Amino acid sequence: MDDVILKVEGITKTFPGVKALDNVSFDIRPGEVHALVGENGAGKSTLMKALAGLHKPDSGQIVYQGAPTEVTGPLDARQKGILLIHQELSLSPELSVAENIYLGAWPTNRFGVLKKRELRRNASKALEALGCGFGPDVRVGTLSVAMQQMVEIARAEAFSANVVIFDEPTASLTDTEKDQLFHTIRGLKARGVGIVYISHKMDEIFDITDRITVLRDGQVQGTVDTADTDLNQVTRMMIGRTLDTFFVKAKAEFGEEVLRVEELSKSGLFQDVSFSVREGEVLGLYGLVGAGRSEVVETVFGVRRADGGKIFWKGGDIALPTPRQSIDMGMALVPESRKEQGLVLMMGGRENTSLPHLSLFSELSVMNRPKELATFEKYRSALSIKTTGPDQAVSQLSGGNQQKFVLAKWLCADPKLIILDEPTRGIDVGSKSAIHELIADLAERGLAVIVISSEMPEVLGVSHRVLAMSEGAVVAEFEGDDMTEENLIDAVSHHRGEAAA
Amino acid sequence: MSLATESQTGSPLQSVLGWLLRNHIWVFLALTVVVFSLASPYFLTVNNIGNILTQGAFIGILAIGMTLVMIDGEIDLSVGAILALASALAIGLQDHMGVWPAVFLGLMSGAALGFVNGTLVALSGMHSFIVTLGGLIGIRGLVFVYSGENALMVQDFSYTEIPEIYIGPISLTAMLFLALALFFQWVLSSTRHGRETYAVGDNIEAAHDAGINVKRHKIINFTICGTLAAVCGILLSMRLGTAEPNAGKIWELWTIIAVVLGGTRLQGGFGSMWMTIGGVLTLAVLRNGLRLLNTPNYVELMVMGGVLVLALVLDKLLNHKGDT
Amino acid sequence: MGQTINGVLRRHGLILAFLVFLGGVALNADAFLTPGNILDVLRQVSITGMMALGVTFVVLTGRLDLSVGSLLTLLTVIVVDQHNIAGPFPAIVMTLLVGVAVGAFNGLLVGFVGLNALIVTLAMLSFLQGLVLFYSGGSNVNVANAQETWFGVFGRGDFLGLPVPVILFLVGAVIAGLVLQFTTFGRRVYGVGGNETASIFSGIDARWTVFWTYVVSGFTTGVAAVIMGSRVMGAQNTIGQGYELTVLAGVILGGTSLLGGSGSIWRTVIGISMLGFIQNGLLLLGFPYYVQWLVTWAVIIIAVWIDLGAKRGRIFA
Repeated sequence: MDDVILKVEGITKTFPGVKALDNVSFDIRPGEVHALVGENGAGKSTLMKALAGLHKPDSGQIVYQGAPTEVTGPLDARQKGILLIHQELSLSPELSVAENIYLGAWPTNRFGVLKKRELRRNASKALEALGCGFGPDVRVGTLSVAMQQMVEIARAEAFSANVVIFDEPTASLTDTEKDQLFHTIRGLKARGVGIVYISHKMDEIFDITDRITVLRDGQVQGTVDTADTDLNQVTRMMIGRTLDTFFVKAKAEFGEEVLRVEELSKSGLFQDVSFSVREGEVLGLYGLVGAGRSEVVETVFGVRRADGGKIFWKGGDIALPTPRQSIDMGMALVPESRKEQGLVLMMGGRENTSLPHLSLFSELSVMNRPKELATFEKYRSALSIKTTGPDQAVSQLSGGNQQKFVLAKWLCADPKLIILDEPTRGIDVGSKSAIHELIADLAERGLAVIVISSEMPEVLGVSHRVLAMSEGAVVAEFEGDDMTEENLIDAVSHHRGEAAA
Repeated sequence: MSLATESQTGSPLQSVLGWLLRNHIWVFLALTVVVFSLASPYFLTVNNIGNILTQGAFIGILAIGMTLVMIDGEIDLSVGAILALASALAIGLQDHMGVWPAVFLGLMSGAALGFVNGTLVALSGMHSFIVTLGGLIGIRGLVFVYSGENALMVQDFSYTEIPEIYIGPISLTAMLFLALALFFQWVLSSTRHGRETYAVGDNIEAAHDAGINVKRHKIINFTICGTLAAVCGILLSMRLGTAEPNAGKIWELWTIIAVVLGGTRLQGGFGSMWMTIGGVLTLAVLRNGLRLLNTPNYVELMVMGGVLVLALVLDKLLNHKGDT
Repeated sequence: MGQTINGVLRRHGLILAFLVFLGGVALNADAFLTPGNILDVLRQVSITGMMALGVTFVVLTGRLDLSVGSLLTLLTVIVVDQHNIAGPFPAIVMTLLVGVAVGAFNGLLVGFVGLNALIVTLAMLSFLQGLVLFYSGGSNVNVANAQETWFGVFGRGDFLGLPVPVILFLVGAVIAGLVLQFTTFGRRVYGVGGNETASIFSGIDARWTVFWTYVVSGFTTGVAAVIMGSRVMGAQNTIGQGYELTVLAGVILGGTSLLGGSGSIWRTVIGISMLGFIQNGLLLLGFPYYVQWLVTWAVIIIAVWIDLGAKRGRIFA
């Protein structure tokens, strides 16, 4: 088995309520790029953290260079030659490139004085090996994100890493920067480094990787050679047919147009986005992470300011609204990040529910507590939320129950339009289908609904019409029988292919 | 940081401009010097410059420790009280054990209290603002417990002559301040501990992941800060010949003002002794200049407040990456 | 059973320790728990307490106000001086207005310009000290007709056997508590302090919310200045020096988090009263006044540590 550097054998990791990794095995060979793909919550990041020593697996083992190894932390991993390159870079902007490469492991004399010359020389060597266009003395804070990433990769050279794990490395890179990164990755590969490549972006995966391992719900669905497979097969493995893919779609009875967006733009995020949605209609917004979906709806809602474009509410031009104005008109946004944008975690369900509509729950600025309580109880039973009481801090609830409170806080004011940004991310299967049913129910009651999701079956299952977004632009629109996975994949990857060419 | 900026850009002019953009306090300092030189004939004299340096040195020595702590992303509100305790011990213990042992114990009291602050911050996870706010109140209590309500007087007046060493117009106190500032600038830029300071303040997760012992690191910086506060207190006791129990009251505020004025950020990760020297000198020049112009002392206080807000606004405009 | 005791100890350990302290002092000093002494303590607490009510609003949004001590000095000087010039009623109105104006300026810089609250209010502290000296010309001011004016009622008067300042403080506390618990403004304060981003996503204008908390803080300091001026019937240039720290210590001691979003008025009332009783008790036991500072130090550290430890589930970070 000398052609395997690192082998994961039957790792299981359980968090309260979820089996994040279920008997996962896979291996990395020297000089290969091995993709790890799966939907959000499939267990990729847990697996990666287990490799870097941030999570201790419940069972199973890591075999590194032929011997069972326990990785105790990122530093230990780095010293052993396993390097994790996070989406959020672990650099200190105020320190120089050289200092960042050797962060915490600087060469010093007995008295703790830096051996700057040695540090520079070693760092230069690593940078040259990668072909970086900057020197070791530059302050990292002045570098672009792509260059900062190079600094992290230079650690692989500096510590002669055998395994490098990339987590969504292209999330904030331009196309040229991406090409440079791929060039670098091929360089590492040629020197026999084993590379794990985690990404949502299928075109990249087919471009750079040798093998693909697909994770779903914490289990390995299979490992395939990239050359012997195609996008459809991988996507199918990711999505799976066995899960409860039973979606309820609302009856297609549409009323008046509620929202129309024309040529909305925000530089660097999205350009010329136009769409509209009617009463009783569920509009799906599909795109990979980073396509600009959340940014568009946040701009419509007023949390972000657009550079240009128009927003019409029931036919009237509403210029660029503030969140308050949007809410008062009847718009609701269930944001992408429940904990950061959706809830005040230390508040209870009652207070979170009324937070966006304080004026509805008050007279002369005095809160109407009975009304708040009644609303809380109404939605607790309607959405079957499991909580001990109106004032139990929502931080103590499960993800699914938290998400239901985010829904409750918007539904209680009878919105005309509800935007759901990744409404089922990171929640259990039961809560998922409850939310899918709710979406159908809302549309049948005459609400306009926009659903954003990177889960294709979800988008296709609940929507009447789907927009495909890629790199900040709407690239296609599908309706009726055209709403197929093949078409969506085509639209998104074709566009990406064009952009890359 | 000198390492980074010097060789980063090609032309020397560019690197000077780059340095000034990061250390804009020096431009401001130059401006104030020019203004006061024009306004008062007594300002730009050798003697007065010596005065400014000596006057600024006390806050300056406190500011050195504060800078280290602030680059770490922490704060130390207790320096004024530590200063008073060290000064009281240095004078009060002299009669029992002689001058230098007393001075040494004064220093040790500062180091010990700094260590206590740092340990409490590191072990409890409380914000240093709360820990040292407690210290600010409590350590002042210690001073009163030790010295009572009256000032302690030095018996042997040769003690007050110790700092009366001058090189030209520059007093020993001023020299000590400059030497310490340069030394700690060297520590910041050239030692493991110094680079850790930036790493911890910049990105504490990355520092921790890289194996830096963040807790021990913070304890060391709080200890340094406490020790330097004691140095300041002892110099003050030498200069005055007495130790007032209320000595150094609200000096922690002046110190924070000086450091922030220099450009070091409260959020941590950014700053240097060059900036702090600039801030300290600017503060000293403003106070000295306004007094030379015989402005009433309220003007000084109001100008300080105004300048500080101005510095914040300027910093926001020049480096609008404020929240990293 | 054991678990509940543990839970009670964790949640209310500080108050229990405080009760033990009260009992201990009472056993050794007969005068301690007499109605007269308790009223004395409350009378002393009323000024810092009144200020702490407003500062609690600011701290609940995750900000700080260090300018209240200097503001107290300025406003006390103004109320006493204007009393001599314009009479008591205009003096009080003017004091409250200046307090509100200073608070609004702090609120503008912190809420709208987005500057660091610590530094802004520190700058304000310095500026207001200057303003005091400018206004008073460096000399102390005294109420000229102390025997005739009704102004003394706020600091010295009694009503139904209770000192008026204590009544003012308690009424203020009840109002502030009701505002925080039962009004939309209170809800916005907790929202912004608890999670500013989520609050903005809920249509709450965080800038205005922060702005108004500083206005409240300026206003309560104004009321405190009226009490102070009325009690002393005069004002020195340093009368409020250091009050910002006592006030903040009281707020923190009560368990209101500096990070915002958690805390309450009743906690502040307890925290600031604890400081008052500790101070009084130690004096009655014959300790010099400065020993209270040492005790305050220990109490702050222990209280906040316990609070944090209970939330975190373990003692050490």
